Amino acid sequence: MESMTFDLSTTTVRALNAELHDPSVKSYEVLHPEGAHAVAAGIDSGVAVDVHGHVGYYCAGMNDGGSVTVHGNAATGLAENMMSGTVRITGDASQSAGATAHGGLLVIEGSASMRCGISMKGVDIVVGGSVGPMSAFMAQAGRLVICGDAGDGLGDSIYEARLYVRGRVGELGADCVEKEMRDEHRAELAELLAAAGLEHDVTEFRRYGSARRLYHFTSEHSGSY
Amino acid sequence: MCGIVGLHLRDPELYPQLGRLLESMLCGVVERGPDSAGVAVYGDHRRVPEGHAAVSVLLPPDADTTDLDALVTTAGDTTIVAAPVPLETLVARVRESFPTAVVVGTGHDLTVYKGVGHPRELAATYDLVNAQGWQGLAHTRMATESAVIPEGCHPFSVGPDQCLVHNGSFSNHASIRRELAREGVTFDSENDSEVGARFVASRLAQGEDLEKALLALRETFDGFYTLLVTSADGFAVVRDPIACKPAVIAETDAWVAMASEFRALAPLPGIEHARLYEPEPGRVYAWSR
Repeated sequence: MESMTFDLSTTTVRALNAELHDPSVKSYEVLHPEGAHAVAAGIDSGVAVDVHGHVGYYCAGMNDGGSVTVHGNAATGLAENMMSGTVRITGDASQSAGATAHGGLLVIEGSASMRCGISMKGVDIVVGGSVGPMSAFMAQAGRLVICGDAGDGLGDSIYEARLYVRGRVGELGADCVEKEMRDEHRAELAELLAAAGLEHDVTEFRRYGSARRLYHFTSEHSGSY
Repeated sequence: MCGIVGLHLRDPELYPQLGRLLESMLCGVVERGPDSAGVAVYGDHRRVPEGHAAVSVLLPPDADTTDLDALVTTAGDTTIVAAPVPLETLVARVRESFPTAVVVGTGHDLTVYKGVGHPRELAATYDLVNAQGWQGLAHTRMATESAVIPEGCHPFSVGPDQCLVHNGSFSNHASIRRELAREGVTFDSENDSEVGARFVASRLAQGEDLEKALLALRETFDGFYTLLVTSADGFAVVRDPIACKPAVIAETDAWVAMASEFRALAPLPGIEHARLYEPEPGRVYAWSR
């Protein structure tokens, strides 16, 4: 058997995830998720999972090597703490997509709401639409590409993550500044867009990152927080 | 954590199914609030016939309602009293007959049910699946700020045909409570959400619409909130400016619905073609009949 199907209207998420943690085949189809939480969380091998419908909280959380595609929307915490692999969603993602993720690629073809990439630690996130306020808050490493607009507070208290935005940016967060787009940045942006399957002219993007003024707390900067 | 669901029907053909739809939505947020549940239904002519006023009330045990000269329905801990008299007359009659009773809802179109226990079992005591009407909302509660008693359940209904349900907590409710008290507003509980409901009621009483009242609330209240507020003809949603608490809205030609999570919307007819979105932080969304 090449592929296995789980219909969540008749099977539990627990049964699905137990199989994904000890997989007997390479690819899986998941039907009728109906907003269930923790769908395909904790994958630690190279399985492929296609989820048909909207998912709830923490879908594909902690993914380590899996390739998860959601044909629908996702609630809070999509691919949170991903280590490696790919998570793709054809619709919109709710808050805190890609939170604290260390690696892998998260593609959101629609838009993401607030706090996308909060505390990201090495993941690459590509958003086809826009992101809500406070995205990349305390982002430490990785790249966040936003093909639409970014809400207020982008990159607040950011460390070394690189942010690329094609559309409008609201008020920048504390210590986040626009930076020069050099050739190496255009090259990595082109790679990320290609990996996500999105076609945009890289010259339309601007780059943002840390001004590195808030790495250490000093009293003269207290007004900047 | 709490769970909120609400359904505002546009297609009158769905009115007979309101209770069944609302019950299935309520079951989708049970895990968010397993300790109690409250429900409000607008337009349930089984319990509030046309031309009647209705009072929803938590009566003391062994209360004898035979002298009320009204249509009386008992549903779990809640009693619905309806009569073809002016609303103020009916409210006064209930309060006079049962001075210790807690009135949890009043209006010409509104029934409110409250109780402590598993939401699914409570919905059965309310006979929610057989309720009909044009609008309804429900709340499952995981209490954080006050006691787990029927009086602490949402919705808070403090003005005629008005309801407010809240997921979150207000942080400056004590000072707003004092200001409202100075204006003569009285309170039934120590609950922070009741302060929100009283604030909205006082704005509506001054002639504002739901949207204006909620914009004023946003400017006045500090804290975490997703609110669903309903009136005799309206349905409105607002989240705090940093959107601490979840909400999803779905719209079709036949209905507008909101819930804390998508899984509560999943059972609705036509959900696969609904316009689905998250309400933006601090923005008021309002619909009316």
